Amino acid sequence: MQNTTLILILGAMAVAAFFIGRGRAVAVVGGPQHGTDLHSLPGYYGYFTAIWCLLPALAVMAIWAVLEPRVIVALIISGLSEAQRSLSPGELNLLVNNIQNLAAGDVVSGDLDVALSEASSRLSGYVVMSSRLLAVVSLVLAGLGGTIALRRIQPDFRARNRVEKIILVVLIAASSIAVFTTVGIVLSVLFEAIRFFQEVSLTEFLFGLNWSPQTAIRADQVGSSGSFGAVPLFTGTLLITGIAMLVAVPVGLMTAIYLAEYSSNRIRGIAKPLLEILAGIPTVVYGFFAALTVAPWVRRMGESFGFEVASESALAAGLVMGIMIIPLVSSLADDAINAVPSAMRDGALGLGSTRSETMTKVILPAALPGIVGGILLAVSRAIGETMIVVMAAGLAANLTANPFAAVTTVTVQIVTLLVGDQEFDSAKTLAAFALGLMLFVVTLILNVIGLNVVRKYREQYD
Amino acid sequence: MTRKPATREKLEAGLKRRRRKELAFQLVGMLATTVGIVFLGVFFADLLGKGSSAFVQTFVKLDVEFTEDVLAPGGELDLAYADFDGLVRDALREEFPNVSGRSERRDLYRLVSIAAGYQMRDMIIADPGLLGSTETIWVPASSTVDMFVKGNIDPALDEALRPLSDAQLAWISDLQSSGRLETQFNSALFNNGDSREPELAGIRGALMGSFYMLIITVMLAFPVGVAAAIYLEEFAPRSRWSDLIEVNINNLAAVPSIVFGLLGLAVFINWVGIPRSAPLVGGLVLSLLTLPVIIIASRAAIKAVPPSIREAALGLGASEMQVVFHHVMPLALPGMLTGAIIGMSRALGESAPLLMIGMVAFIVDVPGGFSDPATALPVQIYLWADSPERAFAERTSAAIIVLLAFLLLMNLAAVILRKRMERKW
Repeated sequence: MQNTTLILILGAMAVAAFFIGRGRAVAVVGGPQHGTDLHSLPGYYGYFTAIWCLLPALAVMAIWAVLEPRVIVALIISGLSEAQRSLSPGELNLLVNNIQNLAAGDVVSGDLDVALSEASSRLSGYVVMSSRLLAVVSLVLAGLGGTIALRRIQPDFRARNRVEKIILVVLIAASSIAVFTTVGIVLSVLFEAIRFFQEVSLTEFLFGLNWSPQTAIRADQVGSSGSFGAVPLFTGTLLITGIAMLVAVPVGLMTAIYLAEYSSNRIRGIAKPLLEILAGIPTVVYGFFAALTVAPWVRRMGESFGFEVASESALAAGLVMGIMIIPLVSSLADDAINAVPSAMRDGALGLGSTRSETMTKVILPAALPGIVGGILLAVSRAIGETMIVVMAAGLAANLTANPFAAVTTVTVQIVTLLVGDQEFDSAKTLAAFALGLMLFVVTLILNVIGLNVVRKYREQYD
Repeated sequence: MTRKPATREKLEAGLKRRRRKELAFQLVGMLATTVGIVFLGVFFADLLGKGSSAFVQTFVKLDVEFTEDVLAPGGELDLAYADFDGLVRDALREEFPNVSGRSERRDLYRLVSIAAGYQMRDMIIADPGLLGSTETIWVPASSTVDMFVKGNIDPALDEALRPLSDAQLAWISDLQSSGRLETQFNSALFNNGDSREPELAGIRGALMGSFYMLIITVMLAFPVGVAAAIYLEEFAPRSRWSDLIEVNINNLAAVPSIVFGLLGLAVFINWVGIPRSAPLVGGLVLSLLTLPVIIIASRAAIKAVPPSIREAALGLGASEMQVVFHHVMPLALPGMLTGAIIGMSRALGESAPLLMIGMVAFIVDVPGGFSDPATALPVQIYLWADSPERAFAERTSAAIIVLLAFLLLMNLAAVILRKRMERKW
C-alpha cells in the first residue's frame, strides 16, 4: 500500500506546515505579545500554509489515479509486436489482461510465451516507476506549496479571508455533488440507452408485445432472435404496483386516521415505532419472506378455492410490497392530516358531526392533495422496488392482468440482464440501460409531482 | 310545540345510524393498524422459527487414528497426497465394525460432512506430532443428518422419499444413544465464508464485505453530506443554482436504488475502471445513495439551532465561517450523527444496486481489503435464498436475524444519541 504511506507522509507534512506557519506568523510580528498586529488569528496562517501544502499534492494524486492505468496500458500496447497490436480490440484486451495477471502473479489463460512474460516484467517496471514518480512529484509539490505559502505570511496578510474562501469553495463543491450525481445517472443511462436504440427501434421497444432478450451469438442460431417489446414488463410492473397500492393505500390511510384521531397516546406510542420497524426492514428480507412463506401460502389458498396459481404469482409479490409501503403511506397521510388547521376540525365537531363525519367530510377533503402527493411517492417507490420482485416474481414476460399468474417487472429484467456476463456491445446488456432510463424518467416525474404537491399543500395552511 | 318531538324523532333515528357508522369507522381503523403489526408478529415468529436452529449444528464424535500409512504412504508426511478423508472413513468403520458392502459403507461415510477431512488436515498442519496418535474429535455431521436431528426430515416417510435410508437412521440413533452425536454451537456460521456445503457456509465473508463498504460510505458520505448541508442552510444565496440543488437532493432521496447501481456500473466500473465486486465500488455507490439522507437530516439539525446563537456570535465579532464552525456545528452535531447512523443502516440493508456491480459472485474467501472481491450481508441472504437445500433456508433465516440485529443496534444507537444529546432551547 504505497499510496497509504504517501498520504500519511503528506498528512504529517500538513500538520508540520500548520505549526510552522503559525509560528512564523507570530515571529513576523515579533512574539505572541504583539499578536494584535496580525490581521488574523495566528492559527489561520497555519491553516493557510497547511492547505497549500496539501491541496496541490492531493490534486496531482487524484489525476494520477485516473490517468495511470490508461497510460500504462498504452505503453504496454505500444511495446508489443506488430502482429499483436493489430489484433481485434477484444483479443488485445484479453492479452493485456493476461499480462496484468502475470504481473500480479496469478494464473494465466493460454500459453506462456517469452513475449508475454517480457511484457509483464515491463508492466511491473512501469508500475514501480509510476509510484516512485508520483511520490516524488507530490512530495515536491507539497514542499513547494508550503514554502510559497510561508513566504506570503506578512502582518497585514488576510489569512482568515483566504482560508474561509477555500472552505466555502469546498462546501459549494460538496453540495454540487448531488447535482453531479443526477447528471451522472442521466448521462450513464442515456448513453447506453442511445446505443440500444440504434439497434432496436424506439417504437418496437415502447409498443412491442413480445419480450425475449436472448440475442444470437452465432448468426445461424435457432430460437434466439431477440425481441425487445417492453409492454409485458410495463403491464407486469403496473399489476404488481396496483396490488401493492390496493393493500398499502387503504391500510396506510386508515392507520393514519386511527392513530391521529382515535387511539390513546399509549397505543400510539406503541404502534408508531412498530410501524417504523416495518419501514426499516431491508427489502431483501421482505423478498425472502415473500418467496418462501407468502407465495406458498397464496398458492395453497388459491388452489383450495379452485384457482390455478403460479408459484411466483404477482399476488404474493404485490401483497408483501404493499405491506412494505404501509408505513410510507401512513406517515405521509399523518403529515397531511395533522397539517389541517384544528379550527376546521373543531368547527365540524362543534356543529354536531361525529368524528368519522368530521374526518370523511371535512378533514380528508382538505388533506386530499397532500394524501395524493404521498400516494404518488408510494407508487414511485413500488415501481422502483427491486429485491421483492426479483425474489418473488417470475422471469417470464407474460402479458396478463391475472394476479395469480407469474409476471415480470422492469426492475427484475434489469437485474437478470446485468447479473452475470455483461457484453456492452450486445442489445441484451444495453436493454437494461434502456429499461433503467424508463424507470428513472417515470419515477422522476412521479417524485417531482408528488414532492411539489406535498410541499405546496403544507405551505397552504401554514 | 308540535314540531319539536318530530325533529327529535328524526334526529334520534338518524343518530343511531350515525353512531353505528362511527363505530364501524373506528373498527376499520383499528383493524388497519393491526394489519401492519400482525404482519410484523407473523414475520418475526416465522423468521425465528426457521432461523434459530441454524445457530446450532450437529456434530459426531469420532476416535480418529492418525495412522502413518494413510497420511504418509511414502514414509514422509506430504499434505498433497495425504488421504485425510480416509482417516474419517477408517474412524467410521471402527465405530460400526459390522457394516460391510460398498454401498452400505458409502451410506455410512455420508453421515459425516466433508469438512471433517479439512479439520484433520488443519490439525496435522497445526501439530505434525499428532502423526501416529489417536484423538477423540467432534466433527460436523452432514447437512442431511443435521436436518434430521433438527426434526426437518420425517422418519415416518417412505424410505424412497426421504434423503436418509433406514440403515442411516439406525446408525444415527446408535450414535445418539452412545452420546457420540449431539448439537453444539455453530461457530462455522460466523467464522467461514460462503460454501456450497451448507454445514460449511458462513457469513464472515459477507459481514467483512459489508464492513468495508460501510467504512467507505461513512468516510465519504458523512463529511460531504455535512458540508453540503452547511452550505445550503447557512451560505447558499437564494438563486437558481441553490433551488436546483434543493430539488435534486429531494429527488435523489426518492430515486430507485437500482438506478444508482446502473450509475455505478457505467461510471465507476466501465469508465473509471475500478474492479468489479470490490467493496470500493460498493462503498462509492452506497455513499451516493445515503448522501441525500444525511444531507436532509443534517439540514434539519442545523435548522434546529436557534438564530440567537448565531446573532450573539456575530455580535461579538465572529466571521460567518467562525459562527458556523465554532457554534452552529457543535450544537447540530448530535442530530447530524443520528442522521448519519440512519443513513448507514439504510446502506447496510441495501442490496439491489450491489447486484449491478458484480457483488453477487460466489466468494469463498473472506475479503481482506477494499479491492478484494466481496459480497455484502443482504446479497448473501439473496444468494442463499436461491439455494434449494433445506439447510440453506435455515441459514438464510439466521443471516437475516444477524442483519436485523445489526440494524436494531444501529437504530438503538441513533435513538440513544438523540435522547442523550437532545437540547431544549
